[in-house]
Amino acid sequence: MKKVFSGCYLVLALAFIYVPIFVLVLYSFTNSKIIGDWNGFSLKLYEKLFTDEKLTKMILDTLFLAIVAGFISTLLGTLGAIGIFYNKGWFGKSVKNASQINVINAEIVTAISLALTFALIGINRSYASLIIGHVALCTPFVVLSVIPKLKQMDGSLYEAALDLGATPGKALWQVVLPEIMPGVFSGFMLALTLSLDDYMITAYTRPYEFDTISTYVYSAVKNQKNSALPALRALTTIIVIIMIIVVIIMNIQASKKLQNNKK
Amino acid sequence: MKGLRFSRKDLCIPYGVFLVLFVVFPLLLVVYYAFTSKTGQFTLENFIWFFTDGTSLKNLFYSIGIGLITTLFCLLIGYPVAFILSKIKSAKKSILLLLFIMPMWINFVLRAMAMKEILTLVGLFGKYNYLNTIIGMVYDYLPFMILPLYSVLIKIDKSYEEAACDLGANSIKVFLSVTLPLSTSGIISGITMVFLPSMSCYVISDTFSNGKVTIIGKLIETWFGPGDNWNFGSVIALIMLVIMFVTTLITDGLSKRTKTREEEL
Repeated sequence: MKKVFSGCYLVLALAFIYVPIFVLVLYSFTNSKIIGDWNGFSLKLYEKLFTDEKLTKMILDTLFLAIVAGFISTLLGTLGAIGIFYNKGWFGKSVKNASQINVINAEIVTAISLALTFALIGINRSYASLIIGHVALCTPFVVLSVIPKLKQMDGSLYEAALDLGATPGKALWQVVLPEIMPGVFSGFMLALTLSLDDYMITAYTRPYEFDTISTYVYSAVKNQKNSALPALRALTTIIVIIMIIVVIIMNIQASKKLQNNKK
Repeated sequence: MKGLRFSRKDLCIPYGVFLVLFVVFPLLLVVYYAFTSKTGQFTLENFIWFFTDGTSLKNLFYSIGIGLITTLFCLLIGYPVAFILSKIKSAKKSILLLLFIMPMWINFVLRAMAMKEILTLVGLFGKYNYLNTIIGMVYDYLPFMILPLYSVLIKIDKSYEEAACDLGANSIKVFLSVTLPLSTSGIISGITMVFLPSMSCYVISDTFSNGKVTIIGKLIETWFGPGDNWNFGSVIALIMLVIMFVTTLITDGLSKRTKTREEEL
């Protein structure tokens, strides 16, 4: 009885999450203006998504921005995490605390504070301000995913490398970095996700003609006359498919790892 | 040569400089704008305006209300999900968990659009603006509540619950006096993930109410955009900062208390 009840509850919660997404996916395969209006099977919306210059540019811009911001955040955050971990003085502690600010702060406050700063130093609404904004958003999360790996690492490894004649740079690069690599990688992935998902920071730091998926979809939803609105269903479908593929790959890798461990 | 020697402690200097320039300084700038007039003179007028003009304060209370209701519903829906998931013993567990957190990887504005289309389809859209806003918020933030709850529930040592059971407690009593208190840290981090964003993310309230529900984030947007008064906007941003600070103090205090209780156990 209890099991049936729990099962039903999970199914209901999953339905709440997935019904809207699946309806959108379903209606991406028909050429209709509004959902609920089925005009027969058609791939017209996909054609529009891939041929409309504005749409394709917006998607590529979003991806490129995420990758650039992801790389810079990962570099800055990994170095920062190593520094914070070994610097037990006031400076290390201050960096650690300041790093937490953007994690807990409301994104709109972060966004307008950056906009004020960029207006003051005269780089507002440029690609540079956009990148800085995304790096400010993502780096703290890279730090948060690298520090636990540093804590797990055997503390004497670095000293051993130095004793064996490695320079500090070499010891970090060849000994410490491989140890913390899983944290660096998950930090990078987290930075990508955050950048791809961001609306607030982008809205206040981007050049006016620049759009990411978030800003584009938001203005399209607000302006119902936007003719590209139905094509966004096709975009949702593609994102869902990519997501499913990634999840399947992750699952296969996880089960392989499990089998290897058993051996 | 000593000045050129490189130490791993110094690796946080670039990040430290970045934080000073693009996190600390910007927030100080918000404080500066909040306390100055348009001509740059020190003034308290902006604060007086916020607390006396009526609509701003009303908006703040509505936002706190929307944030609290959203957080409550996320908790009420998310806690049982996380609880049931943490009790599943088969290999299906990880796949089920993945199903619940996968929506986090779909762009949140696209997800909001999906839910809005459903509300339009069933005829709710345009009729109940506050209800729709809260449905939209719960829909978008639910995964952010489930994940921290699950990661705490899964770590609870089963022997506590078994011991309570052996001592004669029924399953409701076991839940209320063992599982629930031990999962406080998950509840706290879930609340921090949901509460502040849901009172400030105007993308969702705008989408679901057709711009009819104004939350505090929207008010900031208005003053930095069409309203063109950065000083008013900064006062509201500063008030948001204070709310963030108070929320952090409360949740920090609570998690310290639960930590000591866990250590006592």
